[in-house]
Amino acid sequence: MSGYRLSTGGRIDRSQPLGFTFDGANYQGFAGDTLASALVASGVTLFGRSFKYHRPRGLLGTGVEEPNALVTVDRGPGRITPNLRAPQVALHEGLVTKSQNRWPSLKFDVVSINDRLGALFPAGFYNKTFMWPRSAWEKLYEPVIRHLAGLGESPTTRDPDHYDATYAHCEVLVVGAGMAGIEAALAAAQSGGRVILIDEQDEVGGGALSDPAQWSALETLKAQLAAAGNITVLTRTTAFGYFHQNFVGAAQRLTDHLAPARAHGPREKLWRIRAGEVVLAQGAIERPLVFNGNDVPGVMLASGARTLALRYGVAVGRSAVVMAAHDSGWHDALALAGVGVPITAIVDIRTDVPGELVEAVRAAGIAVHLGCAITAVAGRHAVKGVTFASGGIGPAQTIACDAVLMAGGWTPSVHLWSHAKGSLVWNEAWGAYLPGRAVENCRAVGAGAGDWSFGSGVITSVLPSAVPVRSQKAFVDYQNDVKARDIHLAVQEGMRSIEHIKRYTTNGMATDQGKTSNLNGLQIASSALGRPVTEIGLTTFRPPYTPQTFGALMGHHKDALFQPVRKSVIDDWATARGAVFENVANWRRARYFPTGGEDMDAAVARECAAVRQSVGMFDASTLGKIEVVGPDAAEFLNRMYTNPWKALQPGRCRYGLLLREDGFIVDDGVSARLADDRFHLTTTTGGAARVLGMMEDYLQTEWSDLNVWLTSTTEQWAVIAVQGPRARDVIAPLVEGIDLGAEAFPHMAIREGTIAGVPTRLFRVSFTGELGFEINVPASEGRKVWEAIYAAGQPCAITPYGTETMHVLRAEKGFIIVGQDTDGTMTPYDMGLDWAVGKKKPDFVGKRSLARPEMSREGRKQFIGLLTENPQDLLEEGAQVVTDPNAPIPVPMIGHVTSSYHSATLGRSIALAVIADGRARIGQTIYVPMPGKVIRAQVTAPMFYDAEGSRLNG
Amino acid sequence: MLLIHCPYCAEDRPEVEFTYGGEAHIARPLDPSTLTDVEWEGYLYLRKNTRGDHAERWRHMHGCARYFNAVRNTVTDRIEVTYKAGEARPPEHVAGDAA
Repeated sequence: MSGYRLSTGGRIDRSQPLGFTFDGANYQGFAGDTLASALVASGVTLFGRSFKYHRPRGLLGTGVEEPNALVTVDRGPGRITPNLRAPQVALHEGLVTKSQNRWPSLKFDVVSINDRLGALFPAGFYNKTFMWPRSAWEKLYEPVIRHLAGLGESPTTRDPDHYDATYAHCEVLVVGAGMAGIEAALAAAQSGGRVILIDEQDEVGGGALSDPAQWSALETLKAQLAAAGNITVLTRTTAFGYFHQNFVGAAQRLTDHLAPARAHGPREKLWRIRAGEVVLAQGAIERPLVFNGNDVPGVMLASGARTLALRYGVAVGRSAVVMAAHDSGWHDALALAGVGVPITAIVDIRTDVPGELVEAVRAAGIAVHLGCAITAVAGRHAVKGVTFASGGIGPAQTIACDAVLMAGGWTPSVHLWSHAKGSLVWNEAWGAYLPGRAVENCRAVGAGAGDWSFGSGVITSVLPSAVPVRSQKAFVDYQNDVKARDIHLAVQEGMRSIEHIKRYTTNGMATDQGKTSNLNGLQIASSALGRPVTEIGLTTFRPPYTPQTFGALMGHHKDALFQPVRKSVIDDWATARGAVFENVANWRRARYFPTGGEDMDAAVARECAAVRQSVGMFDASTLGKIEVVGPDAAEFLNRMYTNPWKALQPGRCRYGLLLREDGFIVDDGVSARLADDRFHLTTTTGGAARVLGMMEDYLQTEWSDLNVWLTSTTEQWAVIAVQGPRARDVIAPLVEGIDLGAEAFPHMAIREGTIAGVPTRLFRVSFTGELGFEINVPASEGRKVWEAIYAAGQPCAITPYGTETMHVLRAEKGFIIVGQDTDGTMTPYDMGLDWAVGKKKPDFVGKRSLARPEMSREGRKQFIGLLTENPQDLLEEGAQVVTDPNAPIPVPMIGHVTSSYHSATLGRSIALAVIADGRARIGQTIYVPMPGKVIRAQVTAPMFYDAEGSRLNG
Repeated sequence: MLLIHCPYCAEDRPEVEFTYGGEAHIARPLDPSTLTDVEWEGYLYLRKNTRGDHAERWRHMHGCARYFNAVRNTVTDRIEVTYKAGEARPPEHVAGDAA
């Protein structure tokens, strides 16, 4: 193929030259060109290397179906997009592009040796050739194959572009703005409803853009679209998926067609469209013919050559041969000859071609060879000629040429129709599946529905030849390098369904998803199996229709907007104090408050000492909180939690343990009874929504007779924990209306009054083992009360502490954290919490499951403490525990470490763990094997500090 | 994305407002202690996994927050009907293998 620019014609603007590069070389095209049309006009024939064999490949078509001419577009740092179809890349000044899958260069690619070693890469070669030895697969074969075979390279740096997203609703959505789609949109707009018309090309018109005879009619229709007032036209927009109930996803490309200096605003926009009715006018894609040498650069679709000439003013060569099985190839030949593209001959597999076509073609000076098939193509980087023969087996004849144009018939694009689960019906005349019965409110129109009159043709599988299929380089799927012989081999090796053949040969996979190969593959499988196409099945089309960028799918959901960050009202104060934060269930929590350049260990040691020796303050606002109100509130909690609640007196608190119905711990928390009919529940920080949902489930669907209301109050309360032997001294001057005395206000009690003039629910509770209060105040007043307490605590050197210190202090006391020390398979008994189970209660959620034999068998994991023999050894959370580190591999593992910290209070490391029959092993030595060493530790009760609890009652 | 009709709000709303709640019409036994282990296992774990019309629970989580029931065809993923919790499954949407 030696293409060149025609002196006239096309929709390009010859007064606007545009410079661009391909593989570093400078080229020039015109405004209105695509990368493909500009390169062909510049005489380029070689566009890429094939996936597996690295065969030189040229342009096959001029649209979405292009399997070969995939390029990488470089729009600057971080803006590198691989695998774009050259015929769909709009040209702009300064466009930088490069070819893919070649090394060191496109013309000289050392890996094309794969092509000579083709016998090593038959269908299923992954599963056969490289199976042995097994160890070589990971280390040798796979990395090498991955390096040598493939498409473009993924970008490695962050994408600096941003992407927009929107929802849209309309009465009628039309996908495809060819003539049929435009007419459908105009007709729909008559009813006055909202109409959206989508097309993936730069301008509306579809196939008519390649037919100057229709241009004036097209202009009239475009004017009507603009005048309608209720039609939104989205060009450069691909409807990539059709989902339930007429929900269509579409990606609009906003800036890629512009020179980078002019590309402002979001790069793409994702449209989520809900339509009353969908009209699919996706058109049809021309089918290649399968013959020996059909992938030599210069062999392309006849419709592509026609589009190059009539839309872009580009001739594909100086002497082209048409290989046809369909009338459309003859029409294309006449159209091409009419604008000065030299057509040397038409070879048609058929003997019976409409007489008027034959006459017209002969009159144009084109040789006609009916009943013949091309059997070989000369040339490697470019077509030099073809060999053909009558019936493929007669005496060979040759023609010198520089392009071969294939006209194998048409495949209606039924992709979106299939996404929407519409049925497909085999049409023998088309040799294709056409839309049948719709499931959604949807219609197909135009060529995509088989409504098209461009003559007829015959359906072929492999063109006849004297050379056996196994010796031919006759490609079915260009992008995946699947040859006709691979499909024969798959059938020979027992594949019967097209789904199996597809997966074994990879026919129809990769970025083009079989747009040019599916039907040919089906025909070849059908003839190889000797069964009709309809008995072999059709692979399912799934979204996306074309590859989409992750950016468009993600839209604004990245960085700070990826997940909402929940902040307590103390967050600003903590930030100003230099706190280091961690994220806990979407909450941002202060982890520790370093001062004077402390690292975490030093800060945590100081914070722990302050709480144990004087007083600390902690922002516990993130605790989940639920207000439970109603005459049946106590009965409801009695059924939900393991504990008894009915006898709990107003003003008192209780530690509640919540199981799932399967008997395993799901949450815990301290809750207070404020009145006979009112409870203030707390849950874990991460469990708040789950617990409320679970409670609502039981209340709404199982016990709807109970008169109870549940309200999430997590955000309504700020919670300030003041903990330590001086806690009472600090808050006493601020509190009014509550007797803070040890007897009047004992541990696990709640009182209502004011603190710093703000109404409070004051809990006397402790998650540290020290005398402590958790001060609930309305969130709007939280910062004020926090600062008042901080000021009042200065004489006691009150110390703000974070979640890390909270964890260490509770671990010293053996208080569990659900989800860290438990894992969804732990019962109350496993965790040593059977004291919290109301055994006399007739029922509660999970009670029946606790009676299953499995739940009390020997050998279950139990919660215990571990003290390493060397007090400075810190166990790793998650590390496995064994009884004999020298046992043969695999060493039996009896459990794992769940929590592990350095305890400043004790001057040594401490750990919590769950191990089989743990309580019976107290006093024994166990081992924790780690890389390079084995750590010895002693099993203890899960309690390292103040076992008698005297500090609580200070 | 499905459009789901909330029988309490009486509106078609997008699927993202809802959460799924598993098979419907499985009542918690009034007195679990009277069940054998096998019976309790059935209540806890055994579900129909229907091919075709399947009665299941949904919750209008980001709306009225109510639980309700829906009959959804597990082959077409189409919701045939929704109805309030506690109501019987509409007889015209019986269980069974999809045709």
